Amino acid sequence: MLKIENLHVSYGGIRALRGISMEVPEGKIVTLIGANGAGKSTTLRTISGLVKADSGSITYDGQELLGQPIYKILEKGIAMVPEGRRVFTNLTVLENLKIGAYLRNDKAQIEKDLDWVYDLFPRLKERSWQAGGTLSGGEQQMLAVARALMCKPKLIMMDEPSLGLAPLVVKDIFEIIRQINAQGVTVLLIEQNANMALKIADFAYVLETGSIGLSGTGRELLVNEDVKKAYLGS
Amino acid sequence: MNVLKTTLPYIISGISVGGQYALIAIGYTMVYGILRLINFAHGDVFMVAGLMMVYLAASLPLYLAIPLVILLTVLLGFTIERVAYKPLRTAPRMSVMISAIGVSYLLQNLALYITGGLNKNYPQIPWISDRISIFGMETSRVTVITPFLTIILVIVLVQLINHTKIGMAMRAVSRDFETSQLMGIQINRVISATFIIGTFLAAVGSILFFTNYPGVVPTSGAMPGLKAFVAAVFGGIGSIPGAVIGAFIIGVAESVIKGLDTILVVNGVISEQIGLATFSDAFTFVLLIIILVFKPTGLFGEKSTDKV
Repeated sequence: MLKIENLHVSYGGIRALRGISMEVPEGKIVTLIGANGAGKSTTLRTISGLVKADSGSITYDGQELLGQPIYKILEKGIAMVPEGRRVFTNLTVLENLKIGAYLRNDKAQIEKDLDWVYDLFPRLKERSWQAGGTLSGGEQQMLAVARALMCKPKLIMMDEPSLGLAPLVVKDIFEIIRQINAQGVTVLLIEQNANMALKIADFAYVLETGSIGLSGTGRELLVNEDVKKAYLGS
Repeated sequence: MNVLKTTLPYIISGISVGGQYALIAIGYTMVYGILRLINFAHGDVFMVAGLMMVYLAASLPLYLAIPLVILLTVLLGFTIERVAYKPLRTAPRMSVMISAIGVSYLLQNLALYITGGLNKNYPQIPWISDRISIFGMETSRVTVITPFLTIILVIVLVQLINHTKIGMAMRAVSRDFETSQLMGIQINRVISATFIIGTFLAAVGSILFFTNYPGVVPTSGAMPGLKAFVAAVFGGIGSIPGAVIGAFIIGVAESVIKGLDTILVVNGVISEQIGLATFSDAFTFVLLIIILVFKPTGLFGEKSTDKV
């Protein structure tokens, strides 16, 4: 579905990605783990079009994504949940969701999808008229995920969804990721919480200062000694 | 009673001037809200709108000249943004501000070149320039129309911002460029729309404003532009209702101060005119200093509570 080949990206004068190659097969959960500054966020930002690449290629269903404007990439069905949630604090919960469907014009279907995300996140329905800024951190994360779902993505990319959340809420978030995936949405997940991420991932890549170090199924990496030492803290 | 009777005409004309300031102030506040840029060229766009009216009305009937002036002003605002601000989107904010100051001087000097610095008589617009009398005061009809037209335009604008898709996009972009882009919003379009709305209102404001004045000179935009800017700061820059209320307050205060001598003499407080009217402009700027010192966010400005 999504295929990255020999991708090089410089970011603020630093060579953030030094020729990474990876693949996200349709219907799977793929995770990218690694330390701070390894280039995880840069990878997602390059896919979504926020950051320009130096060389390499990113293809989605065979079409090249590099060089396309951000909205075109979104139109193809690749949505992103940005790091730090980035909910529009001045918009209501409902408006946040509607803006997720900004590129769509099928009003009736948007209404149905609203019901769908409200079913996934009942808490958001209760708060639909509240300003996004009044939600708790966990609720804002839910809203950020729901907002991305409102564009009906085929592939959803999440940048550190568990960052700064209480352990119980983190569990909820991972449960939601599993549910979304079960409904046929492919997931590309970036996490520092390697333990949780590897547990739900079908496939995982370890990013080390701009290059892919290890890769394998989530289960394989969970028991890998190097990964254990570096990322699982045992 | 007598105090009220002598003050009322000044209040009415102040409300009218306030409405004209409001129409300019909205352009400042909207552009600031979205780009965090004080568009110094805005007052000069207002002046150019006045000049265009002078030249177009000389060769065209008014029913063509007025819409054409509005259209060309909007086009000017749009072009300024595309040429002078858009290329600097990722540059430091100071660079954009300097670019805005450059555009301001460019427009003034172009006007100077075209007019030769001479006062150009603003055309008489029938009906709205007509003299009427209210509350025993002789004035032109535009004085009465202005506040109502302003309020109608503001209501329409607020509806647009709160209840349409483009309005929602404007609010989103004003908060977070990057995330807005991730939602598929093309921010350059939204920014253009903001400039179009702002210059449209300034064009309408210029027609109302210059109708009450003898003519247009290349620096005609400076004072009203500055006052409207103060109004926007007073109301809390970024807030539309704030800018409008700020503009009305400044307009009324200024007009009452202009008439203060007369009011005081008529009511027997002082025996002869002492030239208080001179202070009407000073009042506006003293107000600016007081606000910046005591309440920098203005009446309705949002406190910066961005979570980290």
